[in-house]
Amino acid sequence: MILNIIGTWLAATLTLAIFSFLYKDNPFYKLAEHIYVGVSAGFWVIYVWSFDIKPMLIDRFITTTGVEKWILLIPAILGILMLTRWFPKTAWISRIPLSFTIGIGAGLGVTASIQGFLIPQIGATLLPLTTINNILLVIGVISTIIYFYFSKEFKGTWKFFSRLGIIFIMVAFGASFGYTVMARISLLIGRIYFLLHNFLHIIP
Amino acid sequence: MKDIWTKLATIDRRIIYLLVFLVVSLPMIFRMIMPIRVSSEVKMAFSEIDNLKPGSIVMISIDYDAASEPELQPMLIGILRHCFSKDIKVILLGQWALGLPLGEIALNQVAKEYNKRYGEDYVNLGYRPGYTALMVGIGKEIRDFFPTDYKGIPIDSFPFMRKVRNYQQIDILVGLEAGATGDAWVQFAGARFNQKIILGTTGVVAPDMFPYLQAKQIVGLIGGLQGAAEYETLVRKAGSAILGMPAQSFVHLLIIIFIIIGNIGYFILRKRK
Repeated sequence: MILNIIGTWLAATLTLAIFSFLYKDNPFYKLAEHIYVGVSAGFWVIYVWSFDIKPMLIDRFITTTGVEKWILLIPAILGILMLTRWFPKTAWISRIPLSFTIGIGAGLGVTASIQGFLIPQIGATLLPLTTINNILLVIGVISTIIYFYFSKEFKGTWKFFSRLGIIFIMVAFGASFGYTVMARISLLIGRIYFLLHNFLHIIP
Repeated sequence: MKDIWTKLATIDRRIIYLLVFLVVSLPMIFRMIMPIRVSSEVKMAFSEIDNLKPGSIVMISIDYDAASEPELQPMLIGILRHCFSKDIKVILLGQWALGLPLGEIALNQVAKEYNKRYGEDYVNLGYRPGYTALMVGIGKEIRDFFPTDYKGIPIDSFPFMRKVRNYQQIDILVGLEAGATGDAWVQFAGARFNQKIILGTTGVVAPDMFPYLQAKQIVGLIGGLQGAAEYETLVRKAGSAILGMPAQSFVHLLIIIFIIIGNIGYFILRKRK
């Protein structure tokens, strides 16, 4: 109980310290900012140790036997090689584990993009032109693609569709921006709710 | 002597901050409630979970942290209430390490409300780095990545987890997203393993997820605080999202007024020059 109260007071003080930046830059804001960065970094270190290195490497190495045990040395060595980046003379060695990471990322990414994005999205655009929504969607996709087609001069019908493409892009930007405004205001609402509910107990 | 338009054009930004603060605080202090219209995409998400039989398994991925808590935490609480009220088992995990404590807080709170027990009705698997490999790996065998839960207890010691081997035993995956992890769930778990997916996202991410909904790659979408309020409405349990929506609406109105006044002032001053 007492820890909860201390936690709430600490969180409220840090929230107000961050909000104080709206008036002008000041030491309280700087202090809160530095605490945030430090705590986040510390938290990450503990998480990577507790959820990754210890259970997936150290505990497994102790509990398993045979090939499964010794194969764990490969990721362990690759992980240690990554630390050579700290020393300029040996930094090149870190390219070996990095190449593994990039290779895996690229391999997974290429198949995911084609199988999980490109093909389903193209399929979802091949629609019967029987409703206004479908017509709008198909025209929107085609005109937007035309806008990004730079191998032909924008003249006549081509120019009309490229202009239409800009309109669709602008509408998409507008929707995105509207959602972003809503999201940012939601964050403010969340903090003020915390101050009024958890800290000041003004609202039940 | 400055006229009204010149004064408005050079108004101190701190006055605007103060107005925004008041417009957010007052509706909450006076506990104003506004009617919530439930959108079709949130209704779809709700129906998918609502149609599950008792004993079904929902996996919830916490892919956000404290910076997105106001939008996504009410969604998580609403979904947990929905699942527990229908005796659906919940597996919690997360791709954002800093968000996992938020998942734990929500689980403890809602489990207590519905008298649910850890290990029998829900488990928390925790976090593993390298989410793309993990998403593909769960399609084969979940134990390769999560032999134990977040406390280090073997997952086979929990009765309902013994039958869970991969996505085939997970009825719905719910991703609560503050970034690009939602795309990865769709592209790996959805496209490769036909996993049914519902995404709950922040307002910033939501527009990018609509193409997935239109292509039927996801079966429901809950976007931003508005989406969370809609879900709370469907679950019939008001929370911080419903309470925050009047403030949201009034601030939007204030912003629109600012934009109109700013533009009128700008054009008048430009004409004078």
